[in-house]
Amino acid sequence: MKKIRIISRIDVKNDFVIKGIHLEGLRKVGKPNDMAVKYYESGIDEIIFMDAVAAYYDRNSLSHIIEDACKDVFVPITVGGGIRTIEDIQNALNAGADKVAINTQAIRDPEFITTASKVFGSQCIVISIDAKKTATGGWEVYYDNGREPTGMDVIEWAKKAESLGAGEVLLTSIDAEGTKKGFDLALNDAVTKVLSIPVISSGGAGNAEHISELLQKSDADAVALASVLHYDLLNVGEVKADLESKNIKVRV
Amino acid sequence: MSQVTIVDYGVGNVRSIINALEKVGATSVVVSNDKETILNSDGVVLPGVGAFSHGMAKLKENGLDAVIKDYAGMNKPLLGICLGMQMLFSESEEFGLTLGLDLIEGKIQKLKTLNPGYEKLPHVSWNEIAQPDAQAWDNTILDGLNDKANMYFVHTFAASPLHEEHILSTTEYSDYVFCSTVKKGNIYGCQFHPEKSAVEGLSIMKNFVKICEESKNGK
Repeated sequence: MKKIRIISRIDVKNDFVIKGIHLEGLRKVGKPNDMAVKYYESGIDEIIFMDAVAAYYDRNSLSHIIEDACKDVFVPITVGGGIRTIEDIQNALNAGADKVAINTQAIRDPEFITTASKVFGSQCIVISIDAKKTATGGWEVYYDNGREPTGMDVIEWAKKAESLGAGEVLLTSIDAEGTKKGFDLALNDAVTKVLSIPVISSGGAGNAEHISELLQKSDADAVALASVLHYDLLNVGEVKADLESKNIKVRV
Repeated sequence: MSQVTIVDYGVGNVRSIINALEKVGATSVVVSNDKETILNSDGVVLPGVGAFSHGMAKLKENGLDAVIKDYAGMNKPLLGICLGMQMLFSESEEFGLTLGLDLIEGKIQKLKTLNPGYEKLPHVSWNEIAQPDAQAWDNTILDGLNDKANMYFVHTFAASPLHEEHILSTTEYSDYVFCSTVKKGNIYGCQFHPEKSAVEGLSIMKNFVKICEESKNGK
């Protein structure tokens, strides 16, 4: 039986961990490595570092943060934000990352997913999808940190990303992100239903019930937590203990 | 002071392996594709992710396939990780049949998903490694670990060793049981990533460094 992965998502801007609501209104909440080590020591299963401002500059500036983190953190690390080229991916891996999360570039050039997964293996290529509810009950794909609409349907885009070679999908609900009011359950159910690759659900966790509810009502493989860990509302051990008590398997 | 060499053939995240080896006290870790450096090492790690055929092609490009076989022929400790483990075997069914290093008899086959609720591939997950029988892990890279220790897996293919005695641990995913750690003499392979498997993974790296040290000292 699969074990649900509990992932900490660390958004970084100018060497600080930041956190916003709906991906906006960013506040500094700490130093990336301090937080990564703290989560590692408390049993986190994976860490995602996101360069929150990379989209503006078309480059990812997290290499030095990854290099430092990898000396003390021995769980898988994903790097996202501003990944545009094969060279960007190589640089991230050389710094010690195991996977990269690609968003804007995959939208601009979907074939990049195929090229990247052929070079590095699909296990290395996470497609990051920022989803926002539409008036008609669906979800639209946004890019540039949730600012720009694409006109694309989230379900269709997720299926296409899988068929092009994505190894995982990091699914962020812009509506739920940073609200601590729970995941967008309908979104997660709809996307996990149509994909056969793992889905990491992101956006909305505010308490342990939100997480177990997500896992009972969708086929998510992993949850990405930010606010709830950054603001010490829960620690990793509490999250896992709660899931275990509800017969959801985790690494302990 | 034993020297551990990570084979550099342009495939895989070697930074994390260096960090893990150094974290557990290895004092001399080098990354190299040089024949003499590899042959003179006290321990060799063969990393790798991605496609089997690509990995083998990259090894052959530099003549490293022969170098690794020569090294293993000296009965010195060798650790293959993920694709590095798979390449130790005779052949793989990934993208048609591709020959491997043939240091361990057996083949690499696609994982079978037998449980309808858990069909996702690649198998990306923390999962348990099980001991075939008590004491099987004593004085191996898994020495001191608890049966059912958790390791981090990312793969679609897995090894089927021809000889059961080479299976050091098994893991189950979607009701399919596969070989997650292999041992033939001083040749080891892990399908999971010990360098990414937290404290338990680090203890595997530590055991490997210890085995290298003992091998150097002729124990």
